[in-house]
Amino acid sequence: MSTLDLLSLDFVRNALVAGVVLALLAGLLGPIVVGRGMAFSVHGTAELAFAGGAGALLVFGTDAIGWGALVGAVLVALLFGALGRAQRERDSVIGVLLSFGLGLGVLFQSLYTGRSANKFGLLVGQIVGVDVGDVLTLSAVGVVVLIVFAVVRRPLLFASLDPDMAAARGVPVRVLSILFAVLLGVTVALGVQIVGALLVLCLLITPAAAAAQVTASPTLASVLAVVFAEVAVIGGIVASLDAGLPISPFVASIAFVIYLVCRALGALRTRRRATRTALATG
Amino acid sequence: MTPSIRLSGAEVRRGGRTLWTGLDLDVAPGEFVAVLGPNGSGKTTLLTVLLGLLPLAAGTCEVSGSPPRRGSADVGYVPQQTSVDPLTPLRGRDLVGLGLDGHRFGLPFRGRAERTRRVHEALLQVDALELADAPVGALSGGEQQRLRIAQALVGDPGLLLADEPLHSLDLARQRTVVELLERRRRDHGTAIVFVTHELNPVLPVTDRVLYLVDGQFRIGTPDEVMTSETLSELYRTDVDVVRVRDRIVVVGAEDRLVHTGGGP
Repeated sequence: MSTLDLLSLDFVRNALVAGVVLALLAGLLGPIVVGRGMAFSVHGTAELAFAGGAGALLVFGTDAIGWGALVGAVLVALLFGALGRAQRERDSVIGVLLSFGLGLGVLFQSLYTGRSANKFGLLVGQIVGVDVGDVLTLSAVGVVVLIVFAVVRRPLLFASLDPDMAAARGVPVRVLSILFAVLLGVTVALGVQIVGALLVLCLLITPAAAAAQVTASPTLASVLAVVFAEVAVIGGIVASLDAGLPISPFVASIAFVIYLVCRALGALRTRRRATRTALATG
Repeated sequence: MTPSIRLSGAEVRRGGRTLWTGLDLDVAPGEFVAVLGPNGSGKTTLLTVLLGLLPLAAGTCEVSGSPPRRGSADVGYVPQQTSVDPLTPLRGRDLVGLGLDGHRFGLPFRGRAERTRRVHEALLQVDALELADAPVGALSGGEQQRLRIAQALVGDPGLLLADEPLHSLDLARQRTVVELLERRRRDHGTAIVFVTHELNPVLPVTDRVLYLVDGQFRIGTPDEVMTSETLSELYRTDVDVVRVRDRIVVVGAEDRLVHTGGGP
């Protein structure tokens, strides 16, 4: 079958819709994750989503994976959100919980005796296993996250990029931090089921990090992060169909190439600005 | 006229320690009050109270006739310098704009033209138009400080609180900032509370000094407060205050407070 034929298949279309929704959420939240220096806690949240999903699979079966991942991710995201801004303390707590979550997940998976594809999927993604029901759930959750995000975006940006000033201006910094943790937990839980725990970072971090290299405008950074995430996901799905391989390596590679290109452009931009400043002052 | 600030019998406690007590201070619109004192004497804490972030342990505080309120548009604030990460997606105009509406929830569609105009005006006031599109994290300390002042002024406040705003500025920039603040209070009647380690750069514009040392304080004109007698009392040791041309040099409190260099 050609790629075009494959694209007309239902399960492929479901996968694409799921990917588009996920990339939209990840692209929007990404710049704030990067701005708050939360890359590591996204990774930790993903491992706990994995543990939650694996536990639910073991106890309740395949239908419960999504809920297990959601509970695991949101609980731990709340915990991370409540941690202070002291980087070292935060990093060590995340490291402790991340490794514990990974250990639990592996334990649950080895106790599980069902289909091995179910197990593997949580770590590296199983987007082609997405059915219509999943797509509907995903879209509904996505819409809720989008609405909440749109309402709090400006104070959230203020609290994330300029925290001391935001606090002085009466922004409820702590409440927003916890709210953002929930949005992030939900997004990570969805991502874990689609691209897998190991690659959630490549949608939440890489596109936003790439965008930060080429623009300093927060709005443009969000737009670019969404575009980059969409390109990586859609490109990854199409390429994986063609090659008959899992989608994760393709999504990760496309995102990585985008990042490299943006870094090069960013270096060029910085050099040009430095030259201009030198000319202006010298 | 309603005073911009009215503190009576104000007491502040932090971590079980009383920083100062019995503080009575009225600040009139357009008045410039410099707050001096060694580290830990509660200078910044005074600003925290005026911002509505810390309740008084005793006494009352009013800002423009009502109790201080978090996020009041009538109070502008220039925080002590904090560095911004170079990769933070934030341009000069974004930083200033956040001072205007960053605390507001909801979609940002209303009044965009007006917002752009006010941000432009604030940047113009601090002579920072060329920084509008530069990433804040890539700017020097002095450039960031000018943006901070624009951020504080963009809401057109009746009261401006500034915490060491001249820190890390060169002499020319210090003078620019002081002139800017002077113009601001003259033309708009904005009262200014200016926390500083260094009185000399603002001496020509200072109406009154609030000098805090270990829970003791004195309030008065620079000539009343900056004397050997008053400071010796405050520090409970021999302190000499010498006038050299148009500058004040304090000798004897150097280990706690340095008044050398940096005069305009």
